[in-house]
Amino acid sequence: MITFAELRMATSPLIRTVERSLPSSLAGGYIEFIQQVLSELTKLGWQQRDLFGVQMALEETISNGIRHGNKEDPNKLVHVQCRLGPNRFWAQIRDEGKGFFPDSVPDCCCAENLEAPGGRGLTLIRGFMTRVSYNECGNCITLEKRLDSGNSSTCHTRSTSPPPK
Amino acid sequence: MSKHRHITVNESANVSVIQFTDEKIIDSETIQELGQELFDLIEQEQRNKIVLNFSNVEFLSSAALGKLITFDKKAKKSKAELILTNISPEIYQVFIITNLDKLFQIKDSEADALAVL
Repeated sequence: MITFAELRMATSPLIRTVERSLPSSLAGGYIEFIQQVLSELTKLGWQQRDLFGVQMALEETISNGIRHGNKEDPNKLVHVQCRLGPNRFWAQIRDEGKGFFPDSVPDCCCAENLEAPGGRGLTLIRGFMTRVSYNECGNCITLEKRLDSGNSSTCHTRSTSPPPK
Repeated sequence: MSKHRHITVNESANVSVIQFTDEKIIDSETIQELGQELFDLIEQEQRNKIVLNFSNVEFLSSAALGKLITFDKKAKKSKAELILTNISPEIYQVFIITNLDKLFQIKDSEADALAVL
């Protein structure tokens, strides 16, 4: 049974699209793109607390795509599409690498991994987003953050949703 | 001219209080340089009581967390005491999500840290 609140959020409008194909460089070009998305969300009324989560998710997904997906190959791009609304953020990030299996990444929160210097990006993405899903081969991630639904419904599925209306 | 680009160091009763100069710790060059400046505090300057004050920091990535973890390991190896303070609610959430609040000693303020060092 779908509740009224869920129905209202599912149809919460996404009124702005920001998209870019980014070079595979960690030198900083992608950071300006993220700032553009944050600026658009600010115009839509998003508050600092929620912008922080969006910035974290975009920073970690795009840098993962550059570093691990494309392995910083200058001939490859990271394709990002963001759909923005007053209460909803949706993004799809696709790299040109071979993909990966998210479930194979060790849980950074376990005691034995707590001191490992890496492996926290996925945990942070999941922690700050409402929904996270991957395509079959793992080179495309779909993010969604819905305000006023919290992050408790975070789920991790193996399908990539088409862009929402 | 200061030898540090990404931190400022102040001495307070045998304790080194470190402030970050970057509001956002994101890009790989900054993180690499910042890491080295922090490591030098222990490896070159033999400081053994360190407070990292995050009051200037608005955002940091998981790569920056990685450097902090390596710094913590180096501190433990050298028997240096390390306390993190003045962490914003958003960044504190990062520590909670990743369970790093269990790894680091965190205090609300610099005064709280100085009181136990």
